[in-house]
Amino acid sequence: MNRNLLAFAMLFLITIIFISRLFFLQVVNDSFKFESEKNARQRLVQYPERGYIYDRNNVLLVTNQPAYDLMVVPRNIETIDTLEFCKLINITKDSFLKRMKKAKTYSWRKPTIFVGELSKENFAFFQEKMFKFPGFYIQKKSLRKYPINSSSNVLGYVSEVSTWTLRNDSTGHYKLGDQIGTGGIEKSYEKELRGKAGVKYFVVDVHNRIQGSYSKNKFDTIPVNGKDITSTVDINLQQLGERLMSNKRGGIIAIEPKTGEILASITAPSYNPNLLVGRKRSINYSKLLDSVGKPLFDRGLLAEYPPGSPFKLINGLIALQEGVISTRTSWTCHHGFHHGSLHVKCHCGIHDSPQALHSSILRSCNNYFCQTYKLSIENYETAEIGMNVWSNHVKSFGFGKFLNNDLPTGRKGLVPSVAMYDRVYGKGRWKATFNISNAIGQGELLVTPIQLANMSAIIANKGWYYTPHIVKKIDGIDIDNPKFTEKKYTTIDELHFDPIINGMTAVFESERGTARASRIPEIILAGKTGTAQNAHGQDHSIFVAFGPVDDPKIAIAVFVENGYWGSRWAAPIATLMIEKYLNGEISRKKLEERIENGSLLDEYYKQEHPEKDED
Amino acid sequence: MSNIDWVLVILFVGFVLSGWVNIYSAVLDQEHINILDTSQKYGKQLGLILSSGVLVFIILMLDGKFFEKYSGLIYMVSMVSLIGLFIFGKEVAGATSWYGIGSFSLQPSEFAKFATALALANFLSSPNISLKKVKTQIKAFAIILLPAIIIIPQPDPGSALVYAAYLFVLYREGLNGHYIFIGFLTAFLFILSIIIDYTYIIGIATILTITVSVIRKRKKKSISIILSYFLLSTLFLTSFDYVYDNILEDRHRNRLEIMLGIKHDPSGVGYNQHQSMVAIGSGGWTGKGFLEGTQTKGDFVPEQSTDFIFCTVGEEWGFAGSALFIILFSGFIARILFKAEQQKLAFSRIYGYSVAMIFFFHFAINIAMVTGIAPVIGIPLPFYSYGGSSLWGFTILLFIFIKLDSENHSVL
Repeated sequence: MNRNLLAFAMLFLITIIFISRLFFLQVVNDSFKFESEKNARQRLVQYPERGYIYDRNNVLLVTNQPAYDLMVVPRNIETIDTLEFCKLINITKDSFLKRMKKAKTYSWRKPTIFVGELSKENFAFFQEKMFKFPGFYIQKKSLRKYPINSSSNVLGYVSEVSTWTLRNDSTGHYKLGDQIGTGGIEKSYEKELRGKAGVKYFVVDVHNRIQGSYSKNKFDTIPVNGKDITSTVDINLQQLGERLMSNKRGGIIAIEPKTGEILASITAPSYNPNLLVGRKRSINYSKLLDSVGKPLFDRGLLAEYPPGSPFKLINGLIALQEGVISTRTSWTCHHGFHHGSLHVKCHCGIHDSPQALHSSILRSCNNYFCQTYKLSIENYETAEIGMNVWSNHVKSFGFGKFLNNDLPTGRKGLVPSVAMYDRVYGKGRWKATFNISNAIGQGELLVTPIQLANMSAIIANKGWYYTPHIVKKIDGIDIDNPKFTEKKYTTIDELHFDPIINGMTAVFESERGTARASRIPEIILAGKTGTAQNAHGQDHSIFVAFGPVDDPKIAIAVFVENGYWGSRWAAPIATLMIEKYLNGEISRKKLEERIENGSLLDEYYKQEHPEKDED
Repeated sequence: MSNIDWVLVILFVGFVLSGWVNIYSAVLDQEHINILDTSQKYGKQLGLILSSGVLVFIILMLDGKFFEKYSGLIYMVSMVSLIGLFIFGKEVAGATSWYGIGSFSLQPSEFAKFATALALANFLSSPNISLKKVKTQIKAFAIILLPAIIIIPQPDPGSALVYAAYLFVLYREGLNGHYIFIGFLTAFLFILSIIIDYTYIIGIATILTITVSVIRKRKKKSISIILSYFLLSTLFLTSFDYVYDNILEDRHRNRLEIMLGIKHDPSGVGYNQHQSMVAIGSGGWTGKGFLEGTQTKGDFVPEQSTDFIFCTVGEEWGFAGSALFIILFSGFIARILFKAEQQKLAFSRIYGYSVAMIFFFHFAINIAMVTGIAPVIGIPLPFYSYGGSSLWGFTILLFIFIKLDSENHSVL
């Protein structure tokens, strides 16, 4: 054998091996291409600026503030002066080690938040010295900021998107760690506010340092900032309402009758919206959730109370519409309504002469409205038919159903139906007197403050309303959602509203009116006091009103829990709000002061500790 | 001068210049984009290329007889410089393989290659030498093994492994084929013993031996050969097992086991090789283009300008570029082999053969390593890898042969 052949053979063999190996690696196998892209391509999400929220007079209510997360990429860390590091960002060495362990457990290569939301001082100190700590860097993010401590219930808050939402988000808009509106306007206008994130691709080196743009920015998308929202609320009115409700529980809703715009939506107690921002959010949230006053419960939208006497206005209107009474129809009140063994007490105080509609409203006579209710139901062959007609009238005012507006929460309330009484008493085995408490807004009836405010707006408009809503403009353009721009009519003819409004005016203007003490000088209002019985304690104080009577600009409903009777808390609060809105200032300083400083906390304490009450 | 083999010279210049361009791409620093910037490796490499030119000039000026005459001296100086490392050596990356002269480092093992080739050629070309004689064999092995034995404990087993190349030179010059066979068998058994327990291998070997003995029982000579192979294998296996478990360090074991697919650890020990395969594999048909390699730009492959320089070729020039390189380099080696066979003088032939086998070993081990066929053995790719000592060493190695070859026609 020729000895020089071996070397040539080996050379030939290795050439074939290498070329086939290269062919396999470079041409056949695709996984290396993906891996090299994964190695070198970094996807940076460019977060859009979330839209701002303004009040109806363009006062800025919600804006954004930068926050700085201290990030770490464990594998890029070199030996550092741990002591100096800890001092800079104000953490203990134990905490440092714990955080580092957590970061390493999560990923060696991917960035982890080492310390979330550094304070401004820590951020400034750290940034100066950052070059000493390879592996660490600062990532900017945007948090909500509320320049005015008010209206947390209206504005809502943003939080990290939940895993549940992530699982059910078919649009794929959200990913872990994203922010999402979780209450109020932030939630219901999430789509408009959030904007659209952009993506930028970079080529990075082995230390994740950016080397340049990827594919000449071919795949990049530009972030689109969120739209600004102009709310319908008047922040001055909101703040006044919140002050007046201090140390009380309840809700206030004010609506502009001509447009259905919500001017104020107040729940008490409330909280500082800045509490639910950033890394203290979850701690504060659970504190708020545990608080006895339930500040996270928006009473204006969610609390269902018996409407009490303001509901008499509805019964009056139904009776007029059904033709069972005229404005001259009168009854004499014998300290109440008596029917067989049924007695409904009355404190109207006019027992010597018959009373017609007008004085029955201004004195809130129970007997009168029990009589009219009885007539309305008995106007048909059977109580069932009468009840159905009555029920439909009531529902046309937006009671007993969702208002279907642009607020993320709401309750239906309750309007009794034939089916309900059939269930309780049996079919055909009940009549009007069985549920006479409907006449005076007690019994099974339940309404929310916003429904009651809407009723007030309907009376002001004499029979129609726009669905109350909280947003006026999106990016400076008036909303055109037909839900809020189409009038909705009640089943009551316009002409029947005048006598009711007259009666409501007399509530202020008559010598004997139940809210005479709450009159506003020189402005004529229409209103109705209410005192709703409450099984759990002291009666609720209720008031509805609108004004000025000849050209209503504001309609309002006020509920003060356990506030005894309507004229004690709710009526002054309502008229102070109206005065502020119409005049821009309050002339009745003493009244304002008294209401603001008034507290019902003892009342609530008694309710929450009934056993101690008995000692 | 007119008899210089221009094919080899042109290939040499082509390799050196394309190597330089690939080094530029591999270590390019955005703040120093000038390829002539001497603060960067690519600027330094140009200086080394130019100084290699000076070496080429000197070698070509010398008389061919000079190398034969002084081969003994050159070999001795080289061995002394290797031994001197134990006293004056500078440690770089765990190996004491360098002399530090100011900011400059010199690796004597790169020069020991041509020195050994010269000494071996000189010895084997002397009159009345026959590799059939045991005495000659011992002397020849001594010349080859002396530098390897000095280099191993530096430690630099990669460089020492290259000396196995001379075994093929000895075979060409008449050494019994059993040595080569034993060499392959050793490597084969070594790898096999890592994969499966050595007792099984001995078992299989026993069965094989008995079977072959029964078949060929008439031929006493072949039975004795087979028996001696069997005994040798058993001896190897037991001693390998000891060496593997007690002498090799963890890093060696890890490299071997990853290469053999026993271990999978792309982020730990196997990181280099894995990233190297990612770089080459992502090149596709035509590569990502000059300076466009993301693996290269992002420093994902450690040592990319030196031992892993072929990654740059693979990533940026793709299959087209890397296959072309393989063919050209194989052609280069084949040309040396071919030229060596044409030599009329035994000295020139043996030297040329040594040159070809040394390039072959470097080429085969380096490319096998970066493409993930062999474990990570740190030896450079001739003319491509960054580094002064290796470039100078290979230049001298090659041009002594070119010089000897140029005088071939004048030999009667």
